Amino acid sequence: MQHGKYRFIAGFLLVPLAVYGIFVISPFVQAIYYSFTNWTGLSGDFRVTGLENYQRLWHDEVFWKAVGHNVLLLLLLPLLTLGLGLFFAFMLNVGGRRRKNAAVAGVRGSGVYKIIYFFPQVLSLAIVALLFQFAYNPNSGAINSFLSAIGLDSVKPDWLGDPKLALWCVTAVMVWSNVGFYVVLFSAGMASIPKDFYEAALLDGANRLQTFFRITLPLLWDTVQTGWVYMGIMALDGFAFIQIMTMGPGGPDYSTELLSYYLYTKAFRDGQAGYATTVGVALLIVTMIFAGIVMKLGRRERLEF
Amino acid sequence: MSVSTETEAPQTGRPVIDSPRGRLGSEGRVLNVFSHGVLVIWGLMVTMPLLWAVMSAFKTDNEIFTSPWSLPKSLRFDAWRRAWTTAHMSEYFLNSLIVVAGSLAGTMLLGAMAAYVLARFDFPGNRLIYFLFIGGMSFPVILALVPLFFVMKNMELLNTYPGLILVYIAYSLPFTVFFLTGFFRTLPTEVAEAALIDGASHSRTFFQVMLPMAKPGLISVGTFNFLGQWNQYLLPTVLNVGDEHKRLLPQGLVALAASQQYKGDWSGLFAGLVMAMLPVLGAYVVFQRQVQAGLTAGSLK
Repeated sequence: MQHGKYRFIAGFLLVPLAVYGIFVISPFVQAIYYSFTNWTGLSGDFRVTGLENYQRLWHDEVFWKAVGHNVLLLLLLPLLTLGLGLFFAFMLNVGGRRRKNAAVAGVRGSGVYKIIYFFPQVLSLAIVALLFQFAYNPNSGAINSFLSAIGLDSVKPDWLGDPKLALWCVTAVMVWSNVGFYVVLFSAGMASIPKDFYEAALLDGANRLQTFFRITLPLLWDTVQTGWVYMGIMALDGFAFIQIMTMGPGGPDYSTELLSYYLYTKAFRDGQAGYATTVGVALLIVTMIFAGIVMKLGRRERLEF
Repeated sequence: MSVSTETEAPQTGRPVIDSPRGRLGSEGRVLNVFSHGVLVIWGLMVTMPLLWAVMSAFKTDNEIFTSPWSLPKSLRFDAWRRAWTTAHMSEYFLNSLIVVAGSLAGTMLLGAMAAYVLARFDFPGNRLIYFLFIGGMSFPVILALVPLFFVMKNMELLNTYPGLILVYIAYSLPFTVFFLTGFFRTLPTEVAEAALIDGASHSRTFFQVMLPMAKPGLISVGTFNFLGQWNQYLLPTVLNVGDEHKRLLPQGLVALAASQQYKGDWSGLFAGLVMAMLPVLGAYVVFQRQVQAGLTAGSLK
């Protein structure tokens, strides 16, 4: 029996572990090793160069530009996306006309709103990025022609072509495509908060804004924190948006360069695989710092209800 | 939890003894109008770009440029035909179907096997293996991409479907194992024990007793993986670059955009985009409950 048990365990774990080890673990470990080499990726011979890549990284202006953009996204993207998600979810669940015997109620048709808001979430990032690449087109795109239709003919920004605007355009699209997910997620969380809490607070004279900050947000905190981590990971990637939407390498004047895209161009366009993995290690470090901060800041007493 | 008990200063000269019901009633009505207003605006912001793309797919190139927001003059399907045949969209659909069918089946089988063993059996190294899988959820995939490219090349799996399928499985395992381990732990142990006492082997117990019991969890994580793999863009962009006829849908669409923009075939391009977009949206509307539950499953406690 015991013998059969271990054979069973080994049999069931062998294939998943092998696949995972070969295609996920080993590339990660190799990446760290390659970051200390001058490997081009084109030929098999390379040598270990120690910290040379890291020194070069330290003086690489484009790299620091990319870090700056990634950090900006890291701050903005979760704030905007989760903020809008919470706002709409609160409107859906508490913003409705009061019905009999209920202090708070959801708006009519909240199911329909949730279905529609979720649309972008089921689409491929490639589709979303392409759609907005067309929509931002300064001449025939949806946005500028909408602006001239409502009489704002003189305002015709170049959107993705303008180095000052390009990164904001990309950020807006990332927010657009993710808000719906958090509306649905937070709605599910809000629906499980007992209505009595709101009833009691409102009878005690609290207004809706106070109920949001004193009841809803504290009880949803765990979910918000999870969302923060997800959006952070999204902000640190952003590859598809940059590669598809913005022109040239990393947008006009590197204005939308992100670490992920910089890594990709170094490895697969410039033949600097070793240096590319160094960029990747830097990305890993940023990711770990971010995760550490979220864990530290987010630690709160868990509220059971 | 403490709730502030201050009330706002009364704004009229009326006595402060305002019945809470009445006050809440009027506040509720104002709020209701405001919330519907805000919600409709965001609804429009989500749907208008999608509708604009659908309308453009039926227009001539000239209409797209001169009147982007008006309805198409007639329902023209020749752009759709061009996208489907000459721009190879039909091939891309088929390629995506083949790869995702293989990778989804593989992910579910391997993920469920590993998760079951990790959730139900005590053995040395259990925790280590579990955290090895979970760790994969938080690392940036792109870091592994450069060495992965050469791993695939050396194994002669680069630009092949079996190679892509294996990679899709490998990168879907962390979340699948995480989710299903949690799910198997919540299932009662008695049924499996009864089956073992009745003489079923461990693997038979797994396939005939535990898997059917885990169906709700499998559906959730299956939906999650299907969408993730169907929409995957980064992995094929790097690992499937040889033959243009082997491109997967999102990848093919981006390549199509590059070539059609060059040719100036905008309506064909929009038709291709909408063609890729509508099946997923349609399936989502039909199964929206399952899809929403599946995609948010991992984020709820």
